[in-house]
Amino acid sequence: MPSFLLIFKRLALLPALAAALLYAPRLYASESTAAGGFDVGEVILHHVKDDHVWHFWDGHYGTLYLPVIVYTKEKGWEIFSSRNFYDEHHNLVEYNGYRMEHGHIYLAETGKPVLDLSITKNVAMLFINAVLLLAVFAAVARGYAQNKGRAPRGIQSFFEPIIVFVRDEIVKPNIGHHYEKYLPYLLSLFFFILFGNLLGLLPGAGNLTGNIAVTMTLAVFTFLITNFSGNKAYWGHIFWTPGVPFLLRFVILPVEIVGLFTKPFSLMIRLFVAITAGHIVLLSLISLAFIFQSIAVGLVSSLIVLFINLIELLVAGIQAYVFTLFTSLYIGMAVADHDHH
Amino acid sequence: MDLLTPGTGLIIWQAFVFLLLVFLLAKFAWKPILNSLKERETSIQQALEAAEKARAEMAHLQANNEKLLQEARNERDKILKEARQTANRLVEEARTEARLAADKIVNDARQAIQLEKQAALREVKVQVARFSIQIAEKLLKKNLENDNAQKELIETYLKDISVN
Repeated sequence: MPSFLLIFKRLALLPALAAALLYAPRLYASESTAAGGFDVGEVILHHVKDDHVWHFWDGHYGTLYLPVIVYTKEKGWEIFSSRNFYDEHHNLVEYNGYRMEHGHIYLAETGKPVLDLSITKNVAMLFINAVLLLAVFAAVARGYAQNKGRAPRGIQSFFEPIIVFVRDEIVKPNIGHHYEKYLPYLLSLFFFILFGNLLGLLPGAGNLTGNIAVTMTLAVFTFLITNFSGNKAYWGHIFWTPGVPFLLRFVILPVEIVGLFTKPFSLMIRLFVAITAGHIVLLSLISLAFIFQSIAVGLVSSLIVLFINLIELLVAGIQAYVFTLFTSLYIGMAVADHDHH
Repeated sequence: MDLLTPGTGLIIWQAFVFLLLVFLLAKFAWKPILNSLKERETSIQQALEAAEKARAEMAHLQANNEKLLQEARNERDKILKEARQTANRLVEEARTEARLAADKIVNDARQAIQLEKQAALREVKVQVARFSIQIAEKLLKKNLENDNAQKELIETYLKDISVN
């Protein structure tokens, strides 16, 4: 019994230890500036935001310096390692006429921002996510070719119910009989968000789907697809809402037009907030141990972190579901055959 | 980089990679997967319908079988009944025939016996007559040894004649 307890204690301490390994040295670094020796906000924000380096742990090999790709009218395209922005004490330095400040790169002389197409942490996560999706679903597709006319097996049988769920429970009921045209986009969207959310929960991973640039891009795609598929009834409903008194139409019109944009805006904000907030909660709980400098607090917060992590797994699925569901709904509204009386 | 302001680079990368991903997944994953799923669903649907049809056919066949069985049973009953009747008739006929044959034999025997009896009787009569005549001859010879007896007899006959 005591040995069992000991093992349990050690297991419970693991997340805290991991966090300690990941963050502790940086805490000492910022000790001089932050009150109480530990700037929680700085650490957490550093984790959830994008970066030009991928920090796994402190030490010589703990940081992956990602490539910087920049373009300016003055200097053209340039590619170099982000290591060049750091000296041996991890202080920011100018390099080759470029200066980095708060993650943004400027021309050192004029202070003009450059077009930054660097492979940042999130871009790298994006690549990993894309490659993983391609590998997984190519394998699933291969399963269908191999088990033609037979029951699904292996990875194929794992993903089949999810694919069928997206098709039959999300897309079909919301879009109606035109659904097949939108299914590839919606399936890609669903699995991109799901995989991104789950990858983001891995220790050391970047916060891809909790980045507002990513959610904005996805929301814009949904916006474009929705409005380009809009039929006469859809636009008629927006510009000349049927069954509304004449004068009221002038009130309704701006509301409808604002509605066009609030839909994708809500998609963007919802996913960004849900995922980022989850990460912030997890990191805050882990940070408690360092704020209180106490193993007991670390133990308790580790247990809570474990619990929140499970919730985050749930949230990962729910957010993928919700984004796909609302996209389907919006497309469904745009292509529906309205029949007002 | 800031939390709330989307970074241009990431937007460009995200748009590019995501579009490429949608294209590749649609071509190499979703198309074969969705087609296979649809194919399978159609085949399952067809199999179910075929099973339903087969079941209906089966029920129909069963009903047919039941009918055939009933008919066969009726036929069997009929045949059995007929057979029983035939057997009975045959037995009856045989019995009648046997009785007739027996009767005939008995009659024949009776007739033969009758004939034998009559023949025997006749024989007996002849014998008896012969014995009677011999006895009578002997008696007569003895009685008519003297003349008086002869005269007396003649007189008796004469008397009878005269009476007539």
